[in-house]
Amino acid sequence: MNTTYLVLGILGVCAVYAIAAYNSFVVLKARILEAFSGIDVQLKRRADLIPNLVESVKGYAKHEKAIFEDVAKARSAMMSAQSVEQKAQANNMMTDALKSLFAVAEAYPNLQASQNFQDLQRQLEDTEDKVAYSRQFYNSNVLSYNNKVQMFPSNLIAMIFHYAPEPYFAADAKERESIKVTF
Amino acid sequence: MNIYSQISANKWKSILLLVLFACFASVVFYALGVVNGDPTTYIVFGFIFSAASGLFSYFYSDRMVLWSTGAVPATKKEHFDFYTVAENISIAAGIPTPKLYVMQSEALNAFATGRDPKHGVVCVTTGLLAHMDRAELEGVIAHEMSHIKNYDILFASIVAVLVGTLAMVVDWIMHHMFWFGVSRDDDRDNSNPFSIIALILIMVLAPLIATVIQLAISRRREYLADSSGVLLTRNPAALADALEKLSMSQVPLKKASGGNAHMFITNPFGKGSFSTRMQKLFSTHPPIEERIRLLRAM
Repeated sequence: MNTTYLVLGILGVCAVYAIAAYNSFVVLKARILEAFSGIDVQLKRRADLIPNLVESVKGYAKHEKAIFEDVAKARSAMMSAQSVEQKAQANNMMTDALKSLFAVAEAYPNLQASQNFQDLQRQLEDTEDKVAYSRQFYNSNVLSYNNKVQMFPSNLIAMIFHYAPEPYFAADAKERESIKVTF
Repeated sequence: MNIYSQISANKWKSILLLVLFACFASVVFYALGVVNGDPTTYIVFGFIFSAASGLFSYFYSDRMVLWSTGAVPATKKEHFDFYTVAENISIAAGIPTPKLYVMQSEALNAFATGRDPKHGVVCVTTGLLAHMDRAELEGVIAHEMSHIKNYDILFASIVAVLVGTLAMVVDWIMHHMFWFGVSRDDDRDNSNPFSIIALILIMVLAPLIATVIQLAISRRREYLADSSGVLLTRNPAALADALEKLSMSQVPLKKASGGNAHMFITNPFGKGSFSTRMQKLFSTHPPIEERIRLLRAM
């Protein structure tokens, strides 16, 4: 009789734990999705700034066709990217393309002096910051989710309900020091 | 102490403070009532008064504090760096962007207020915006944003309003006692000498109580806000630079008062002033040199 209660009690505790762990996976996963959409918003903002920037550079440096093609390619890659890895990669590509665009722009003092170009630079720089911060927020959410997925005993619940570790939104080493825009 | 225990400590302290304030006000009004021979009316009035000012300070403390400092809303066009840096840090902190205000002053200072992260307010002086570069500004905003996230702002704002109210009530009682209490003694004999003594005692105690309440604001919360701010910006050197600039500035902030001094990122009265020396005794802020040392060591 006593052992029956004991077994029932242990099973009850396990069930309560399983429910709590499952629910926390649901919550953590939802947070990751929300954080990811936060990155998405900023990437879209960044992509939206590009055509204006290209236009303003074109006004002064029409013949630098290769650069404009690179930027356009990076932008379309960014617009079509779906997964976290693809987006991270496209974002890094964009950073590289923009870096060479700004390097080219340095050869045109009139362009550097234009108010429109300076505004765009400033906004772009701010958007880079926003991408970096939303990536940081996303990654810290992924960290707490992944810890829970991999640690015992919550990893058992994760296994049963197919919760797998999520990828981090990686920045490559070059991008960490971001494009430094000088006025 | 970590952030989560800090959040619950702040919520509990806020509730406790409001309850204690209600009790204290009721006792004062009861004593007043006994003096004037009508304890029931007075205690009912006292209860309504303290409940109203408690609720008022919960919902409107941010507006009161902003009003007392004369701050105006910031705009993206005019304060581009302030505005965008605040947007960025709130992205990193995962909270809505607080309302942003600017105080017209040459002094270098900043504070946060509001009751929870959804109703957060960050306010900086124009002097601060003029003297900080973007990275330093990020450090300062992240520090303020941590106060918002840790619910330090709830407790601090309630303290600011209640300490102000307490001062007002004591003034009013003084007035009441000397102009009405004494003159009525001739035609009414029911004023109890004990409650007059109690009243005088309360008036002496009230400023002391106000000081103790402000001391309940832990000095550790500044260290905690520094370190959780740095966790957002990942740049301790910038916040250390910013604090150095703040400590170098000698300009006192005119809009700061005894009631709201504890809310600012650094002591707003400037070095060497009488209140600064007093504040070493009853300090709401840890020494800035110590904060800089800790940040440099990170």
